[in-house]
Amino acid sequence: MFKAKVSVTLRPSILDPKGKAAHHALQNLGLTNIKGVRIGKFIEIDVQASNEEEARDIVELACNKLLANEVMEDFDIMFEY
Amino acid sequence: MGVVVFPGSNCDHDAYHALKYVMNADVKFLWHKETDVSGLDIIIVPGGFSYGDYLRSGAIARFSPIMQELIEYAKKGGPVMGICNGFQILLEAGLIPGAMRHNEQLKFICKDVHIRVESTQSIYTSTLQKDQLLKIPISHGEGNYYIDNDGIKELQDNDQVLFRYVNAHGETTQQANINGSVDHIAGITNKQKNVLGMMPHPERAMEQLLGKEDGKQIFESVLQVLAIT
Repeated sequence: MFKAKVSVTLRPSILDPKGKAAHHALQNLGLTNIKGVRIGKFIEIDVQASNEEEARDIVELACNKLLANEVMEDFDIMFEY
Repeated sequence: MGVVVFPGSNCDHDAYHALKYVMNADVKFLWHKETDVSGLDIIIVPGGFSYGDYLRSGAIARFSPIMQELIEYAKKGGPVMGICNGFQILLEAGLIPGAMRHNEQLKFICKDVHIRVESTQSIYTSTLQKDQLLKIPISHGEGNYYIDNDGIKELQDNDQVLFRYVNAHGETTQQANINGSVDHIAGITNKQKNVLGMMPHPERAMEQLLGKEDGKQIFESVLQVLAIT
């Protein structure tokens, strides 16, 4: 069993109102060194596969088909051991 | 006519009421597990929060059993009208281009807005006038339409933009663009113009008794063009 950690993020060119609001709040807290905030999704997936390559293919398919919207999101897959 | 019902749809009964009792059309509900959409003149994908809007609005509903049939129906030229969450579902299904972001100001907005008829080259607007204003309510948190620059050009070149958000004078001011949508877009069709997606709720503006009836004109156009009695 492989455990995949997937992050789904809005592309840099896409406006992120949630990130902007959080950034604004952090500035109000005095954290003025923080120059940008982007909010995405974090998804953990348990996948049955014989090797990591196969597991990655399955998770990639899941991202392309459902978990990420290709119009405005990117995804990144990592495996935990 | 058919009105699709997903778990979490909440404008299905509004759409049914509008079509059956205001337009006097023959209409039935289509539970999302149904797989027979034959014999329908048009399918309405109503508003609401299908599957609780989990993951992304419309992302889960898009894989419901009925959607596979609906996609086939639409590809063969069958008219499909997605309203609000229905628009989001049709975007996720790839029947119309683009995607929805959260409203620019992060608020859920529920209020009457003015939209301008941008094209009469569709069954949904053919009996309306170009530049005509309609006062129709919106009710959404994720209606901030996005498409890239090439995509927007294609929409414009093919005359696919049917409705834009404007102010009461019909002007596309920044303030009138209520949710921050690209190019003020409130409603677009696919290239073939049989599939419409719109965020405003025409089915909630059907009877003067309830305050407004501009939405009725869109359904009148559909019924007239499709010669449904």
